[in-house]
Amino acid sequence: MSNFFNPILVVVLLLNLFVLGTSRITSVIRGVAIQGALIGMLPLLLPGHVSRGAFLMAVLTIVLKGVVIPVMMNRALRDVEIKREVEPVIGFQASVILGALGAVWALLFAGRLPLTEAHADSLVVPASLATVLTGFILLITRFKALTQVMGYLVLENGVFIFGMLLVQAMPLVVEMGALLDLFVAVFVICIIVNHINRAFSTLDTRQLASLKE
Amino acid sequence: MSMAPLFLIFPAVAAVLAALIPSNRWRPWLLPVAGTLHAALTGVALVRPEPLSPTAWLALDPLGKVILLVVSLLFLCCSYYAAGYLRSRSEQPNRVFCICLLFFLSTASLVAWSRHLGLLWVAVEGLTLVTAPLIFFNHTQQSIEATWKYMVVGSVGIALALLGTFFLAYSAQHAGHGASLMVSDLLQHAPALSKPWLHAAFVLLLVGYGTKMGLAPMHTWKPDAYGEAPCVVGALLSGGVTSCAFLALLRAYHISVAAGEVAYVCRLLLFMGLLSMATASLFMVGQRDMKRMLAYSSVEHMGILVLGLGLGAPALFGTLLHVVNNGLTKGVLFLSAGNIHRAYHSKSTEQVSGAMQRVPLSGTLFFLGFLAITGSPPFGPFISEFLILNGAFRSGRMVVGALFLVLLLIVFIGMGATVLKIVQGRPSIAARKTSYRDTVLSGAPILALLVLVLLIGVILPAPLAALINDAVRYLEGQP
Repeated sequence: MSNFFNPILVVVLLLNLFVLGTSRITSVIRGVAIQGALIGMLPLLLPGHVSRGAFLMAVLTIVLKGVVIPVMMNRALRDVEIKREVEPVIGFQASVILGALGAVWALLFAGRLPLTEAHADSLVVPASLATVLTGFILLITRFKALTQVMGYLVLENGVFIFGMLLVQAMPLVVEMGALLDLFVAVFVICIIVNHINRAFSTLDTRQLASLKE
Repeated sequence: MSMAPLFLIFPAVAAVLAALIPSNRWRPWLLPVAGTLHAALTGVALVRPEPLSPTAWLALDPLGKVILLVVSLLFLCCSYYAAGYLRSRSEQPNRVFCICLLFFLSTASLVAWSRHLGLLWVAVEGLTLVTAPLIFFNHTQQSIEATWKYMVVGSVGIALALLGTFFLAYSAQHAGHGASLMVSDLLQHAPALSKPWLHAAFVLLLVGYGTKMGLAPMHTWKPDAYGEAPCVVGALLSGGVTSCAFLALLRAYHISVAAGEVAYVCRLLLFMGLLSMATASLFMVGQRDMKRMLAYSSVEHMGILVLGLGLGAPALFGTLLHVVNNGLTKGVLFLSAGNIHRAYHSKSTEQVSGAMQRVPLSGTLFFLGFLAITGSPPFGPFISEFLILNGAFRSGRMVVGALFLVLLLIVFIGMGATVLKIVQGRPSIAARKTSYRDTVLSGAPILALLVLVLLIGVILPAPLAALINDAVRYLEGQP
């Protein structure tokens, strides 16, 4: 693993906490965009993984996660004129603490999963698990449809980080899987966000409560 | 030459044709054509099996055959029904609907044919994407809400399944066999797989694919999606998509058992199975919406499948037979419920009563479907549920067996109360005035499904028994 790998993952972990703690949705979008662009660079740092295909995939990931999706999200945000997330089920500070506890748990749990020699001393597994957990917290505790989509993207980032352990052994599966998941899911979710917007004139998922038991 | 590409390409070609046909009236007739062709192809693939190549990404193993059979039969009946349904809804544009139904056939076949867990994952993801617009068909506020939930919960499940798939690949890499996601490779090296990674992978795959199956507590999307989707889509979701997701879980189970982790895996499966059955029985009692009731019934039967798997070898035959029974019976229930819905313009027991009088054929089929799904003789599910119960007692799990029986009884009573309200009594004046009448296209496909379910219950056709026996042997033995 390269020398730059772990520092980037530490920044990713910090961004997790930032995303959990901020109430401005534009900041969440920006945080997730930076995180996405950072992890998009990871495959290029792997030794012996610099081919034309790998480069193309990395650029595609960075452009999608860092530019296209944030722009789409910001546009949707402007259309509905919401700026802040309403007070979530679990408060902002409490979710930061929860996220930090999650990161600690991820570190402890990752210690129980044996790594191959090439991957020893890498933060990939704990960073991946902690990011998946952050995505979960966002998904479960936030009300705005846009923030929930962000939660899904963070979760996706976590899966992508884990893919770094396998990308050399099975590049096709990892890259296609991660990209397909990202692209198509966000594409469809954006369409739905559009429809929700038009039909309910709000992006608050609490309005989506007519189908309760 | 392998038949696999045919299964994938011809529905896709039909989908392109559907996109090109301008007439809203004629387009739906592509569906029965594709359904019939698919059923014929499936017949050929089952009767004349190709040798199973361990290196092929696409090959039909005994487990895939069972799922392909269910999907093909169910789609065949649904496609004829859909042609009639879409004709009665000619005011609604159906281009996207037809395209998505045809791609459903393509991706579901891909799930059955995949011998590579990465490809399998892509196929299940594809299945989620093509079914979302189907739920959205009616374009009401409720259907938007249902589609939103389906996408969010489904995508999270699918993402976790991908993580689980990666974990499984890493467990092989850690064992020094190189990362591989070929089912045959993983089975061959199963005993050497790294156990901690395998355990974590199984949990993630169970939660991930379990979300697609609709196991409690990840079932929250299910009542909404089934409640708001057109009945044809409900039938395909509850009989087709869930069976496909169950196949993915079967693969994970197969590898874990081959790795000698039976005890770990079975504990989890038994717990999830009983939890799903209990949750379903709780929400089924006093349910006033017939489609939501069917959704909880689906949660219950996914629970039964997982429970059966958790009981291990003695119940495997019953479990795999139950996949077939559940798929076909859910078709009967959803399609007949759809007819009742159309006759009353309502799916709530507050408005719907006297279905036997108002729509005699659909009402009767709905009632018989209820008897079948709750495990009454002489229908197929009685046999499979009995075999699962028998498996519970034979493997010495008396408590599990007893709980299984009690939960089945609660569901029978809860579902029965709602169903009787729907079929008995006198239809209201308003319901008598609606234009829907039972026709050949809206009745015959349901009747065909019910006859199949009855056939399985009464004689259990020998070819089907052989197919399932093959699958059981494949699951138990080494590759």
